[in-house]
Amino acid sequence: MSTAHPLLEVRDLTKVFPVGHGRHTRDLKALDGVNLEVRRGETVALVGESGCGKSTLARTLMMLERPTGGSVRFDGVDPATLSGSELMRFRRRIQMVFQDPFASLNARMTAGAIVSEPWRTHRSLYPSSRDRAARVRELLHLVGLRPSDAEKYPQEFSGGQRQRLGIARALATNPDMIICDEPVSALDLSVQAQVLNLLNDLQRELGVAYLFISHDLSVVRHVADRIAVMYLGRVVESGATEAAFGRPQHPYTTALMSAAPSLDHAKRGQRIILSGEIPSPLNPPSGCRFRTRCWRATDVCASAPPVEVDPVDPSHTAECFHPTNAPVASAS
Amino acid sequence: MMTNYRETVCEASASREVALDVCELSVDIRTPYGTVRAVDHVSFSARRGETVALLGESGCGKSLTAQAVVGLLAPTADIATGSVHLDDLDLVKASAAKRRKIAGRELSIVFQDAQTTLNPVYTVGYQLAEPFRIHRKLSKKAARVEALELMRRVGIPEPETRIDSYPHQFSGGMRQRLLIAIAVALSPAVLLADEPTTALDVTVQAQIMQLLKDLRSEHDMALVLITHDLALVSEEADRVVVMYAGRVVEEGPVGEVFGSPKHPYTRGLLDSVPAGAKRGDELSSIGGKPPELHAIPAACVYQDRCPLVQDICRAEAPSDREVAVDHRAACHFSEKVGLL
Repeated sequence: MSTAHPLLEVRDLTKVFPVGHGRHTRDLKALDGVNLEVRRGETVALVGESGCGKSTLARTLMMLERPTGGSVRFDGVDPATLSGSELMRFRRRIQMVFQDPFASLNARMTAGAIVSEPWRTHRSLYPSSRDRAARVRELLHLVGLRPSDAEKYPQEFSGGQRQRLGIARALATNPDMIICDEPVSALDLSVQAQVLNLLNDLQRELGVAYLFISHDLSVVRHVADRIAVMYLGRVVESGATEAAFGRPQHPYTTALMSAAPSLDHAKRGQRIILSGEIPSPLNPPSGCRFRTRCWRATDVCASAPPVEVDPVDPSHTAECFHPTNAPVASAS
Repeated sequence: MMTNYRETVCEASASREVALDVCELSVDIRTPYGTVRAVDHVSFSARRGETVALLGESGCGKSLTAQAVVGLLAPTADIATGSVHLDDLDLVKASAAKRRKIAGRELSIVFQDAQTTLNPVYTVGYQLAEPFRIHRKLSKKAARVEALELMRRVGIPEPETRIDSYPHQFSGGMRQRLLIAIAVALSPAVLLADEPTTALDVTVQAQIMQLLKDLRSEHDMALVLITHDLALVSEEADRVVVMYAGRVVEEGPVGEVFGSPKHPYTRGLLDSVPAGAKRGDELSSIGGKPPELHAIPAACVYQDRCPLVQDICRAEAPSDREVAVDHRAACHFSEKVGLL
């Protein structure tokens, strides 16, 4: 295993939002003990359905939310302990690309102004205006746009080009990690492939790490070194992409893979269609959170939190009493 | 093999078990900059018990085609040519009163966004009972009984307690079920579903598609699935109609079209799917972007992005050719697509 510490290390992270007023306040546990690791230059995909806490996790990592408990270490430092100029320096190193390239770019700013805006906050990066102009051209070139595009407004670009612009803006502060929140799900298939290729090339060239949030499993399989599957505020399974896709342990992962439509569905076995929907995080099920939709659940799943599956490969972890590749235990 | 398919299809369809027959349908949109043709001579048909997919990227005219079929075009859009036959009735020529009679009973549509399609100020029970009260002239009480049965049928748990709830009290998946329930209430012969699962999560999407499939066989409906998702088409549809820049570029049985595409656009789409590609592989993508509606190239619409383009593609529009049994493509070089 690698000796250097990972770029990002998340341990038992919890985030609780109080909901309601006064006596009726209840706790919504959006994140409930999340563990996650991202190494330098790699892509980790975060997979899960809406409401599972993916976006809260992204916002917490960006320090847009303060964690309620647990720890985040980015390059060995907990950003929650930082303030002032140190926090600002941390923010430079982690950037975000958003899902909607139409809503995430200011229509009244030119492409050049959008890409150079981060330097108005991080002034020390490119102090001279000549450097800034040169760097804008360089960034636009890097993401496959023309230098002359700097004068255009977002609405003059197509969806794919806008997303390239969003990526250029994220790269402007030379980050170590970019959180990509569904970066291609608003794009058409043929354009989607162009943007995925770009992200791939940039990673090879710049060594930037991606935390890639997506619901599209075929995209995830293509871009990710490792995946983490989230369900109701917890990472229920994580591991190398091929291992997690090839031998999923957690029934939820198994169901997710099986429910996703695919072009070569003939090769897939019996399709598992889960009943019901993700429960409310205000009132999560006792024991295992997935038991209400799980076809393998027994009494034990309701009474105790699930145990870590005995790992075949230590980097592939899951928490479940009845992992998919084990026989169903009889309810005793 | 150079038969002109279009002329034969419109006549031949009457003899088959065709529930919906769209023939040479064109839609014009009036814009401040002039009139543009957004749907150009689109023909396809759907038989009972069959799922036909209209596949294409955003702006290709697939939703507009659906809106024209059900008669819900915006005031700025008009049907310019063609016919939409439901049995013997041409919906394009039918009066508004006639269409209203047919809406829901013979022909129904499910929209993508259940959030905005249901009326927020009426209970779901009221909205589910509406088709029964209006078309079947049932009493409020009897319609409510039917509405309950319908909720049960589409898998909404505890319908007795949920029937008086409002749409916002349901989750996205449940709202989509409600919408489907309203659409199939009167067992229509044809159900159009415009991106019915795009806004939903994967596991819920699988549930909804299963429900649509069950309902289709139960009522022996023709299901027209409008989508941009190739994998979904491959899983769910019997036939696929591939659209590009307002035209049908290829049509045929799904296995045939996806297995050996005969139009370079279909081929390009299939190659862009990341499935199967290894981590880090370069994905193939179609260069450029679809043309703007006011600047659709003359002759072949795909010429600017096509790897097979020749002079003839810029001079002459390719006609629909039957490239195999029941499989047609509009390309001058369809036999070369397999070599790409």
